[in-house]
Amino acid sequence: MNAFAGSIDRPNSYIGRSVSRPNAKRLLEGRGRYVTDLVLPRMLHAAFVRSPYAHGKIVSIDIEEAKALSGVRAVFTGEDLASICAPWTGTLEHFTNMKSPPQVPLPLEKVMWSGQPVVLIIADSRAVAEDAAELVIVDIEELPALADPVDAMSAAAMSKELADNICFATKLDSGGVEEAFDAADTAVEQSFIFGRHTAVTLEPRAIVADYDPSENRLTAHHATQTPYQFQDVYSRHYGIPEANVRVIAPDIGGSFGMKLHVYHEEMAVVGASILLGRPIKYVADRMESFVSDIHARDHRVTGRLALDRDGRITAMDVDDVTAIGAFSSYPRTSAVEGNQVIRLMGAPYDFSSYRANLSVVFQNKVQTSQYRAVGHPIACAVTECLVDAAARELSLDPFEIRERNLIPDSSYPRTSPTGYQFEKLSHQVCLARLKSMMNYDALRVEQAGLREKGILRGIGIALFVEITNPSPAFYGVGGARISAQDGAILKLTPSGEVHCSISVTEQGQGTETIIGQIVADQLGIDREKVRVMTGDTDTTPHGGATWACRGAGIGGETALQAARKLKANLLAVAGLILQAQPGELDIRADWIVETVTGQQRISLAEVARVAFFRSDTLPPETQAQLSVVHHYAPQGYPFAFTNGAQSCLVEVDAETGFVKILKHWVVEDCGRIINPLLVDEQVRGGVVQGLGAAFFEECLYNEEGQLTNGSLADYLVPMACEMPDIEISHVETPTRDTELGAKGCGEAGTAAASAAAMNAVNDALVGHGAVLTQIPMTPTRILKALGTI
Amino acid sequence: MSGKVTISLAVNGETIEALVAPRTTLADFLRQDIQLTGTHTGCEMGVCGACLVLLDDRPVHACLMFAVQADGCAVETVEGLTHRRAIDDLQKAFHERNALQCGFCTAGMLVSAYGVLASGDELDRDSIRDALSGNYCRCTGYESIVDAIETTARLRRQHMEKEEA
Ligand code: FES
Ligand code: FES
Repeated sequence: MNAFAGSIDRPNSYIGRSVSRPNAKRLLEGRGRYVTDLVLPRMLHAAFVRSPYAHGKIVSIDIEEAKALSGVRAVFTGEDLASICAPWTGTLEHFTNMKSPPQVPLPLEKVMWSGQPVVLIIADSRAVAEDAAELVIVDIEELPALADPVDAMSAAAMSKELADNICFATKLDSGGVEEAFDAADTAVEQSFIFGRHTAVTLEPRAIVADYDPSENRLTAHHATQTPYQFQDVYSRHYGIPEANVRVIAPDIGGSFGMKLHVYHEEMAVVGASILLGRPIKYVADRMESFVSDIHARDHRVTGRLALDRDGRITAMDVDDVTAIGAFSSYPRTSAVEGNQVIRLMGAPYDFSSYRANLSVVFQNKVQTSQYRAVGHPIACAVTECLVDAAARELSLDPFEIRERNLIPDSSYPRTSPTGYQFEKLSHQVCLARLKSMMNYDALRVEQAGLREKGILRGIGIALFVEITNPSPAFYGVGGARISAQDGAILKLTPSGEVHCSISVTEQGQGTETIIGQIVADQLGIDREKVRVMTGDTDTTPHGGATWACRGAGIGGETALQAARKLKANLLAVAGLILQAQPGELDIRADWIVETVTGQQRISLAEVARVAFFRSDTLPPETQAQLSVVHHYAPQGYPFAFTNGAQSCLVEVDAETGFVKILKHWVVEDCGRIINPLLVDEQVRGGVVQGLGAAFFEECLYNEEGQLTNGSLADYLVPMACEMPDIEISHVETPTRDTELGAKGCGEAGTAAASAAAMNAVNDALVGHGAVLTQIPMTPTRILKALGTI
Repeated sequence: MSGKVTISLAVNGETIEALVAPRTTLADFLRQDIQLTGTHTGCEMGVCGACLVLLDDRPVHACLMFAVQADGCAVETVEGLTHRRAIDDLQKAFHERNALQCGFCTAGMLVSAYGVLASGDELDRDSIRDALSGNYCRCTGYESIVDAIETTARLRRQHMEKEEA
């Protein structure tokens, strides 16, 4: 419960302040240290020979010529690595009957997607390794590819270990759905297609694996969000004691969920380093990224809403078929997204009859898995598009229909019909804020005026609920060795400064900055005197790291409690030095002060000096504790849900199908805000990823399962000139589960941006007989919907 | 492999003599041969802008050039611009506005911004967005970058007006 005094006027009150990121200066001067930059003594380079077919049987592999090339040090195929690496299987126990074939670094018998790595070449340089890759002859007997998910559902199993191509299927039914639809005054139904897209981090995946046989010690410099998870994976699958595995994640050029999955290439490179006893570097090039990074989404959803004559939703019924590639990813699986899709449907609205059907299907494409806002954009788009469809049917304004259906802010705590427990959300406040912030009524007047001139503007709104601060209910209960807790070590230096090492990680979102703010705030010292370090399993405690919007909420609370613990220790020592009661002392602006008067008694630096160098002057038996370790695991609600509302304003050119995004608004409530500057930029970055999915981004495949646009020239990403300014406003409903009260914000932008954009385009096209239910909404699809082509 | 070629060029004001393979790109030469890792690569096909450097004071894609083509030229990277304090104001504006997250696009953004600011053109938000049309950023959503460049342009203009007055 947070009786948190975030008073902004107190000295060193950093919680709630927009402060810039100390560690960004290094990046601005070109002094970043990314894995891509790393060079180690005796380091070799890796390149892969990849399958040209989406599905096929490996007949033979001839590596002789490649091996003979000057500068090539080794060539490895499936058996070489399978003999030292235990296979992995991407299932979670709490997903009943979930299945997936076991995976090994390089395939033994069959290739399962086009681009799958088959042979690993190790050479003195990447260029030589690539030359050698050209010399490998892989004879593959092509098999029919299962590219279409619906076909795959009934086709013969493509993996010999499985009986069919269903990875996971589940149903939710709260009861009463049929009855509600029978009794409904209005029912709307739409079928949606959500294309595959991918993370396209600017820095591709990268690893330098460095195995030292003399100590049986593996050091992996790995561009990942989750070093602890990889420490566990490398240890267990290669049989190296966990304490001998060190994973270092230095500066990372973007991740967004993509860099926390186990990839065949990274596993193979670790294996090769073990076999050769030398450091090996692998950096995916962009073409490799497109065929081997996880993809995201790929859902076909049919959704129905039943409403009464007042426009109140009485029931929702959905069916989601999602295709995940040939294997479920490891260790987080590829079923979490579908599970979240069906559980987040309708989340902002007050109705009780819900039914859902989920089918997670294998196919011959690269794996899909968790990417920013896992499942949220799908659930949000289906729900919000159906709500708009109902509004059109009932001639209700989109704000009006939502106002009638929102869960009232006064009615929490609540449990959703899908079983999620909401502590406290603020939909009504957010929706009202959005309306006034965007000047909705004036926009509608302007829209009507422009319409008369033939200019088609559209306004779309979307409400969302986001899952943050996950407890072990997320992965731990399913048997995955993924921590829900975090740990921090705070050390006082002899000069009175503080060093913090913590298990949440940094990818540029500002983790280290907010942790520094919290520690400095709680200790009462200058922010510049706190040094935060992250991303090294040897020097930080084991923890969950950064995913699912947990850095601020869980990592922040860990830091807060650790800082309070250290402060108590420091006041105890100061009390001994000053012969005062610790309870009457406080730390402010790096000084020990009298709490009541604020009078400065002794500097923190002096306390540190005495404690470290003149312990002889302290009373006998005193053992000053100048470092603390603290762990924190979320308790209370299984997740801290957040919420918010977004709106998108677009102009559609009905002749060309081009859409200009004019403006985007976001109101979001992530609880206690630690740094508004960073929260806003997280939200903006998230929105743009959602707009990318809505308008541009799609991994296009042909019927043979070949990716046809796998380069940055062919795959469209949102660029500066296409993106709008994004206005943001905040509502703060802190969670009472922690002292800090913070929830996550990193996925909020992505969660609802596509939905708002779909509603905006459909609003622009009202009266033209076109409704788009597929993203990306490309000019071609818009023209097709309009019947122009 | 084909024989190496001797090149001589100025990088960040220092003369460099080097032996390079003809197929080595300028980006790989800068990053690997002379360890100027501030310049990045994100696509190696001229699309993302992560590899932008100045060649004789004009932004070019280091991934699209061979190192041998830079023989006799003056190359400047983010490290050089930083060292000669040519973009202090721009870096400060980026820092204060949080116009970067992971920082992987940042060197390219700064080089593009350097180019457009040096052009002396009147800059509004749309023209800044256009000027960045070859710079991909996955993290920020661009608005903060546009803001930071706009701020720098405004401060530079004010500074010039003061000097003239
Ligand atoms: S690496 Fe040169 S433009 Fe992308
Ligand atoms: S800051 Fe990460 S790509 Fe721009």
